[in-house]
Amino acid sequence: MARPERHGVAVIDERRSLAARPSRADSIFKTVTFSAGAVTVGIMLCVGLFLSLRAGDALSVAGPSFLFEQQWSPETRVFGIGAILLGTFTIAIIAMAVAVPLALGTALLISEVVGGKLRGFLVSLVDLMAAVPSVVYGLWGLFFLQANVIPVSQWISTYFAWIPVFRVSSASGDVLTEASAFTSSAFIAGIVVGLMVVPTQTSIMREAFSQAPVGEREAALALGSTRWGMIQTVVLPFGRGGIIGGTMLGLGRALGETIAVYMIISPIFTINWEVLKTGTNSVSALIALRYGEASDFALSALMAAGLVLFIITLIVNFTASSIVARSRSGAES
Amino acid sequence: MTILDESRRADASDVALFEADAVAPRTHTPSPDDTPAGERRTLRRATLDERFNVVGAIAAASALTALLFGWFTPLTGAIGWVVVAFVLFIGFYSLLVALRSDGQEVRDRIMTVLLVSSGIVLFSALVFVVAYTIIRAADALPHLNFFTETMELAGPLDPLTMGGVLHAIVGTVIQISIALAITIPLGITTAVFLNEIGGRFARFVRTISDAMTALPSIVAGLFVYAAIIQLITHQRSGFAAAMAITVMMLPIVIRASDVVLRLVPGNLREASYALGTTRWRTVWHVVLPTARSGLVTAVILGTARGIGETSPVLLTSGVTAVMNWNPFSGPMISLPLQVFDFVKSPEPNMIARGFGTAAVLLLLVVGLFAVARIIGGRGPGQLSDGQRRRVAAASRDDAIRMATAASAAPVGRHAAITAEPAAAAPTPHSSPADPEKLPKEPSQ
Repeated sequence: MARPERHGVAVIDERRSLAARPSRADSIFKTVTFSAGAVTVGIMLCVGLFLSLRAGDALSVAGPSFLFEQQWSPETRVFGIGAILLGTFTIAIIAMAVAVPLALGTALLISEVVGGKLRGFLVSLVDLMAAVPSVVYGLWGLFFLQANVIPVSQWISTYFAWIPVFRVSSASGDVLTEASAFTSSAFIAGIVVGLMVVPTQTSIMREAFSQAPVGEREAALALGSTRWGMIQTVVLPFGRGGIIGGTMLGLGRALGETIAVYMIISPIFTINWEVLKTGTNSVSALIALRYGEASDFALSALMAAGLVLFIITLIVNFTASSIVARSRSGAES
Repeated sequence: MTILDESRRADASDVALFEADAVAPRTHTPSPDDTPAGERRTLRRATLDERFNVVGAIAAASALTALLFGWFTPLTGAIGWVVVAFVLFIGFYSLLVALRSDGQEVRDRIMTVLLVSSGIVLFSALVFVVAYTIIRAADALPHLNFFTETMELAGPLDPLTMGGVLHAIVGTVIQISIALAITIPLGITTAVFLNEIGGRFARFVRTISDAMTALPSIVAGLFVYAAIIQLITHQRSGFAAAMAITVMMLPIVIRASDVVLRLVPGNLREASYALGTTRWRTVWHVVLPTARSGLVTAVILGTARGIGETSPVLLTSGVTAVMNWNPFSGPMISLPLQVFDFVKSPEPNMIARGFGTAAVLLLLVVGLFAVARIIGGRGPGQLSDGQRRRVAAASRDDAIRMATAASAAPVGRHAAITAEPAAAAPTPHSSPADPEKLPKEPSQ
């Protein structure tokens, strides 16, 4: 090209490759890390594949009725997670009703109201709350909350019985009022699970709120807005992705929670719409309850239940993290 | 209220008029000395008014609730008392605030009260859950045998002076050690792969491990039960439990370390590459030391989750009352499972033991958490005071060594190539292991 003329020499250097040749240590390093990644993926795909393969036996017998059948007796080939899935969602929805207002309020409190050292302390407390073992929450729910929440349940069922889900009635349709009809209900389990997922939701929401741009906050305040006005017009619209994403991540945890639910509920295998009444069920509690005496086929049925739960939490989590990620990328623009 | 406002506004305008008349027409620059400065006002503290509103509303609400519950209505129950008092408090408070301010401000005050009370509810629930466990554990914990004996010889009816949970503590330690021995190298190497190597496969790995954080822990336990216990070992063991914990912990550790490694500033890496180091040395001497505190925090928080989860070990470890040191044969119980097993019994002594075990577990987790807070909480590359002193001392030594090497060199090798020894003096071993050393050297 132009180069030879300028230098006055007609020799063109050989084109050199710009890619560096990795040293031996580097190629070993690359291989090692690559294989670590491969092992990780291997383990995880192994879990997924194994679950699906083993679940396949049961699913091919049960077919689509697996999702709707209420009974669980794999020995007679009549089994399904209709009632169990409904119980799982009932508990999770009650948990959300408890957790979301608390998480939203606490996240706003930490990011907007308090400041300085207190804020750091509260953030640590929320993280600590996430680290408290679930069995401790379960103990508290079983030995303390149960006894103290029953009057509340009775009160709700007395005054709100006209809303069908708050009714507590026997099989023949009579309204029940004695305390024993209210123990071990989805309501109690939901409250405990709700407390367990609050920290997850709080920390995600707080992070989203704290990313609201300072300029817009100050603009709102400079226009004479009160703090709540500023929160309403700047922080909440900005943190909407964080609120939705945090709620869903908490929902994912609530759906999969085992031990606290297992300790509190009394398992039943029929659909129970009355959330205050004794007896409900969840997929994870079902697995914990039935794995011991399970035959090969029954185990495969449990695997199928576990797989359905996994797929649901997977969808919930991926939706949540994509919502959170999208709101973050918006934060930078 | 409006009349009050009107009169106040009138006063203010009068004062303004009066001042306009009194002030001399010529402008002058006020000097800081002759301008009387009033007392410094605190801008952040609540005024007396505001404090009175809160205290008064609380007093009024509790008084009215006491009246309602004692005399006027057939209401009963502690929870009902609190709820009614809270609603009344909100009512009185908004009334009091509305005496002096407009609707906007009333709404602001009420929302602030609601935010603060949601925080109070949440944190008192946390404190209450922890305190309840510790208080109920007070029966079992004072007996030293609780920490030094196993349940081998103690039955459900035996007093608390017999039996303990040493076997569960040992089980927890063994299981979490095995899980950590797999999780730490594999998890951190995978995180390094995701960040330093990259590419399409790395994105795939990241997606899969993110997906796995959604795996319910009971399903991890079920997988190990069906894949390892039923197919290979045919018995429950500590090793199987450790595998279940590993499957649960691995995605958590990978995700947390990935986030930490992503925070390592790119210019540190580039500086290292510009000095001609290889990729491997950059990772080992720059990236990992920079992210050390964050990585430790990630691992410790993962450990706290792994120790506390009951559901993966419920299916895999088996229940025993006997000490078992061998993770590969026989059931090996761990603390969370022991709690669960104790409280299944109706005997009060067993329940007291259950709470004692839960308190031990709780203290272990809180201890790990505190350690993580002390180590972590600093961004990558930020040093503690001790680390900064050590780095300064190391670079001072380096400076002295280089100076002596430079002065000694011409004697050793006469003026052949005078510049070379000084340049070659820092041997590869003393080359900066920590990027923070470099800028410090001139000051020492």
